Amino acid sequence: MKRTIEEINEKIRSGSVVVLTAEEIIGVVREKGIQKATREVDVVTTGTFSPMCSSGAFFNVKQPKEKMKLGGGWVTLNGVPAYAGLAAADIFLGATALTEKDSRNNNGRPGAFRYGGAHVIEDLVSGKKVLFKGGGYGTDCYPRKEREQWIGFEEMNDATLFNPRNCYQNYNVAVNLSDKTIYTYMGKLKARLGNANYCSAGQLSPLLNDPCYRTIGIGTRVFLSGTEGYVAWQGTQHNPGVPRLENGTPKAAAGTLALVGDLKKMKPKWLRAVSYTGYGVSLSLAVGVPIPILDEEMMKFVSVTDEDLRAPVVDYSAYYPMGEGVAKLAEVTYSELKSGAIEINGTKVPTGCFSSYALALEVAEHLKQLIKNREFLLSQFVSPLPGASVGKEG
Amino acid sequence: MKKIRVVLSFPPSRVEDPVIYHLIKDHGLMVNILRATIDPGKQGRMVVEMNGEEKEVSGGLNYLEGMEVKVEPLAEEIMHLQERCMNCTACVPHCPTGALDVNRENWFVSYDSSKCVVCLSCIEACPYKAMEIRLQ
Repeated sequence: MKRTIEEINEKIRSGSVVVLTAEEIIGVVREKGIQKATREVDVVTTGTFSPMCSSGAFFNVKQPKEKMKLGGGWVTLNGVPAYAGLAAADIFLGATALTEKDSRNNNGRPGAFRYGGAHVIEDLVSGKKVLFKGGGYGTDCYPRKEREQWIGFEEMNDATLFNPRNCYQNYNVAVNLSDKTIYTYMGKLKARLGNANYCSAGQLSPLLNDPCYRTIGIGTRVFLSGTEGYVAWQGTQHNPGVPRLENGTPKAAAGTLALVGDLKKMKPKWLRAVSYTGYGVSLSLAVGVPIPILDEEMMKFVSVTDEDLRAPVVDYSAYYPMGEGVAKLAEVTYSELKSGAIEINGTKVPTGCFSSYALALEVAEHLKQLIKNREFLLSQFVSPLPGASVGKEG
Repeated sequence: MKKIRVVLSFPPSRVEDPVIYHLIKDHGLMVNILRATIDPGKQGRMVVEMNGEEKEVSGGLNYLEGMEVKVEPLAEEIMHLQERCMNCTACVPHCPTGALDVNRENWFVSYDSSKCVVCLSCIEACPYKAMEIRLQ
């Protein structure tokens, strides 16, 4: 049994497409088997909602009457510095950027990081204006040297969200073996294995449902925080060559996606600024990727369950920062992580997550409805991601 | 049985007295220390839960008064701001009493203020600033 993306899109247009979420398909495959499920289901939707520091936005700010060149000058938005090394009106704001006044971790206690680049992005998406301050050196064609103004999306020609990296295909489970609490990008980790933090939607996660990148590639259309987005490239640190299980899924952090989308069309419900105590600011985005069921192999991939997915447990007090000690303390399944506690060296360690499974479910369900309502068509990628044959070889 | 949550302020002159020992030993109270600090001026502050018979609790409070320890009701509470909460569960392993919990069917985080001991752990653990401290 084989079907093409074009055939699926025809069914979407005619309203006869059968779509299920990556959670719903598990029960269907269990009940009906791979063959029957493949015949009956056309598309399976995935979803994730999770912080990703490698996020930011390009803004093109409308010029005032007397024009100004920001390139080579400086810009702040609500006091948060943006990058002005581009053309006259283009700037880039990174999610983790901080105001000059922010005390960071310098007050003898972990910083709160209450406002940064991601908060500016969230404010704009929520319809708020932010205070733009900029300076340039002045040229014959751009004579103005200073500008201060409250701006929102209306005062911008374009606002483009860009993730150099998102949708990590699996990730470390972070613990702390030391005697004091530590503050990391994996959250607050209590001393002596006080808690274990993980960050993946597991069985709902996009790249864990297409582990060998058969359908997700450069050019793939995705749901991105309330609008459509696209896979622009492989994400930074894309590393498909890690050890894998028989089901094709990686046993550690592997593939990543670079994503792009129109920030002006994104919704605050699906985009939130994050403040990690003692670490910094980050941005959480909602990503949903539809997986076309091209054949039985794809159905096998999307029916993966939390029990079939494994992640490494890593010490963030010594191994991660300094490379000291054991690289992998244990390997656990996502069903163990989701049970609320895992066992490491005979110790029961409570788990917490940074990726919201509740929101991931909502994303997958929302994307399913968009497809059923003929508002979202599937796409054939333009070029495969590096390592797209990784599963075939292994 | 009576259970009260109070803030105890110790004057510098009492910092070296085993006040809590006497509360437990002489007044038969179950004392759960939720937070304790001593500032550089040696003024001590403690948030405790005291559990005992009505008579024991009032005896304990009289004892504290005699020791010049100021007793005030716990005037802080933790709020769970639903609109900020993304149900990620990062707070759950940090909550010592299970006031913050997750429904493993729909993955929504729930907060039961009656179980909260205002330890403040969740404030630091929440990445969305959905947990807030409020004065009552």
